[in-house]
Amino acid sequence: MRRKIARVLVLVASALTSLGAAPPLLAQQHGTDPVELDTGARIYSATCSVCHGPDGDQAGGVELKKGQFRHASNDDELARVIQNGIPGTAMPPHNIGSGNLVALVAYLHAMRDFKTKKVALGDARNGRGIFEGKGGCMACHRVNGKGSHLALDFSDVGSIRTPSYLEDALLDPQSADLPQHRFVRAVTRTGDVITGRRLNEDTLTLQIIDSKERLLSLTKAELKEYTIEKDSRMPSFRDKLTDSERADLIAYLVSLKGAANGGEGRGRGGRGQ
Amino acid sequence: MRFQRLALHAALLAGLLAALLALAGATLNAQVTNDRLLHAGREPQNWLTYSGSYSSQRYSTLDQITPGNVRNLEMKWVFQADSIQKMEATPIVVDGVMYVTQAPNDVVALDAGTGRIFWVYQYGVSPYARVCCGQVNRGLAIYGDTLFMGTIDAHLVALDAKNGRVLWDIQVADPKLGYSITQAPLVVKDKVVVGPAGGEYGIRGFFAAYDVATGKEAWRFYTVPGPGEPGNETWAGDSWKHGSAGSWVTGSYDPDLNLIYWGTSNPGPDWNPDVRTGDNLYSCSVVALDADTGKLKWHFQFTPNDSSDWDSAQVPVLADLDWNGNRRKAMLWANRNGFFYVLDRTTGKFMRGSPFVHQTWATGLDENGRPIRPPGTQPTVEGTKLYPGMQGGTNWYSPSWSPHTGLFYVAAWKDYYSYFSKLPTAYNEGQTYFGGATKSAVQPIRRGPINSWTDVAGHGEIIALDPFTGKEKWAFKMHDVTDSGILTTAAEVLFTGSREGYFWALDARTGTPLWHATTGGQISSTAITYMVDGKQYVAISANHAVFAFALR
Repeated sequence: MRRKIARVLVLVASALTSLGAAPPLLAQQHGTDPVELDTGARIYSATCSVCHGPDGDQAGGVELKKGQFRHASNDDELARVIQNGIPGTAMPPHNIGSGNLVALVAYLHAMRDFKTKKVALGDARNGRGIFEGKGGCMACHRVNGKGSHLALDFSDVGSIRTPSYLEDALLDPQSADLPQHRFVRAVTRTGDVITGRRLNEDTLTLQIIDSKERLLSLTKAELKEYTIEKDSRMPSFRDKLTDSERADLIAYLVSLKGAANGGEGRGRGGRGQ
Repeated sequence: MRFQRLALHAALLAGLLAALLALAGATLNAQVTNDRLLHAGREPQNWLTYSGSYSSQRYSTLDQITPGNVRNLEMKWVFQADSIQKMEATPIVVDGVMYVTQAPNDVVALDAGTGRIFWVYQYGVSPYARVCCGQVNRGLAIYGDTLFMGTIDAHLVALDAKNGRVLWDIQVADPKLGYSITQAPLVVKDKVVVGPAGGEYGIRGFFAAYDVATGKEAWRFYTVPGPGEPGNETWAGDSWKHGSAGSWVTGSYDPDLNLIYWGTSNPGPDWNPDVRTGDNLYSCSVVALDADTGKLKWHFQFTPNDSSDWDSAQVPVLADLDWNGNRRKAMLWANRNGFFYVLDRTTGKFMRGSPFVHQTWATGLDENGRPIRPPGTQPTVEGTKLYPGMQGGTNWYSPSWSPHTGLFYVAAWKDYYSYFSKLPTAYNEGQTYFGGATKSAVQPIRRGPINSWTDVAGHGEIIALDPFTGKEKWAFKMHDVTDSGILTTAAEVLFTGSREGYFWALDARTGTPLWHATTGGQISSTAITYMVDGKQYVAISANHAVFAFALR
């Protein structure tokens, strides 16, 4: 599990202070914020993937996943290349705000650790049928206003997850289980059992969305017991779907790009997601 | 008998005089003289330096707020900074006026009883300012009627404390090369002492003293010795030129020994020690400097040839201990590298040391306090897992020593690791000089919900250490890690904050939580206490606001 976390929580050693414009990343205090990487993924999907492709290898001669950039030897320069473009090449300037620029640079570094395997994509329309029917996905997940709030909202999952990640998640859900998806089981003093997904936790309290889709704040001292579940509640679809059904479902998920674009002003997505 | 009565009378008279003096200080707005700075403990209604006194114990004799009544604390005022950068500053309080900085380098004078603003000074930061970790400032120094602030573009500014007008403004170092000042300066006699940060930019660190009246440089001590100076041989080739060893948390002063003590940061580049083989003096050390000349009296290096970014950017805490029957002038130091040290501050000799968190990078300390480092603990291209992680067992947030309980209190990160990896690197002027990267399951800063926590990520604790044994007397466990320092009082109340935004009062004897308030923002600072009109306040900055509490 730790290996999987490490794969996603890639730390970016950068201090982005180009002419004082951008709030710096944290060199003396770095770590990695998975939500920031999601923000970076959204910007990448909306801004960069048109030319560079989802895996960063479609623009001739450029392999973003290698983490080495011909026109940038450090993050300051990388940010400048993104902002100013590269004269004489197809790389145009981009007006990306400083916070999002930090997230995008973080994502570009994180791409190095993403898997490269090619995943078969089937028919997205069939995939939608599976998502809403046989797969039973909507019992927990939600797309464009339909389905449950209990697990993640997938309206823009195609912007933040690669096909290979989605395939892994379907075959081996534990591999895709991030700590921010953990479920909580709590027993109140009166013996009521509450289960739900953890949205937030501190020393004294827990905030969850429960199985009845209620936003609840629980005070730990008032609970008889509580456990943070270590395993994903997502079932494996290895034996539940055929290979072609799975390819259809992935094609559908990849097509979900969200209603708004991923650029400036979109906000940072649900922080609880 | 008669003698005893005389002594009693003398003691009463002395007490009365002290009380009168304190009252005079509170009402006459006397200037902050050297005598007042030397005896800051005599006027607990004020908070005159970053750490509260030259010994930096962050201990106050105010005792109005007790374990019995602390639950009656209520918020009296909030000051919302005109900045969205987090506040790491410790305010100073002088005779009812609080002086605090808001990012990047504004100074605000407030009424300490109401939070109302007297004046605001806004400093125009150079666009060339480079700071690794936020446009932060940790506070001010005062002498006479003059305030002193270091800036993130490496200037030192002197301001009139009555109106915020600039008296002088000097450039301490070149910001284009990555020099900055984030710490509060320290006034000693007629000099103001400060040093630059920039450990991520390949600077050459130093401490310098400036005349309080003119800003003229009186002395300078380079924390990386040049050719021909002792210690230069601990740097391979020309690596000393970009050896870093900056500083970013205020030092301490022992007036009897006339020594200034200050911790130094990591050597550069951070995570690739191959280019700077040797001990890399005086990085990751504490240096003791003659206050008048800046001459090095002694040094103690906690982490030779550091490759983990384990700055010794901690406040040197000066405490006098009865050590095996002898009174010893000691220095207490819980280091980012995970070990708790007791040093003799007269000589720099190691008295004892032991880990205060789980650590895997050393098998122990030798008789001189030098870590014994086994093979396989240096960064690799693939990454080497070490406890503690990059942020260390503790970091810059102030500890506290209570002479009352005899315990040393530390904000610790327990069971926390990082992977340290090294990369080839070259120095480029003004650019980051990392030579690697680290990764950990802990986020650098809290900006949203805390729901990514796992049992392997580690957590924060406030721990109480016995300086004689290094043993933990009690621990107060938090869910998240913490970036907040500690204040203790004579009433045995301990105040601390947390990333979670809770402002805690704990029982200093047992660690039992007594009270908390929700500030709604990450606390990255340390509380202070002071008194206005006979009422004891505790103030803490959280995110970008200062909150002041007092009893109902």
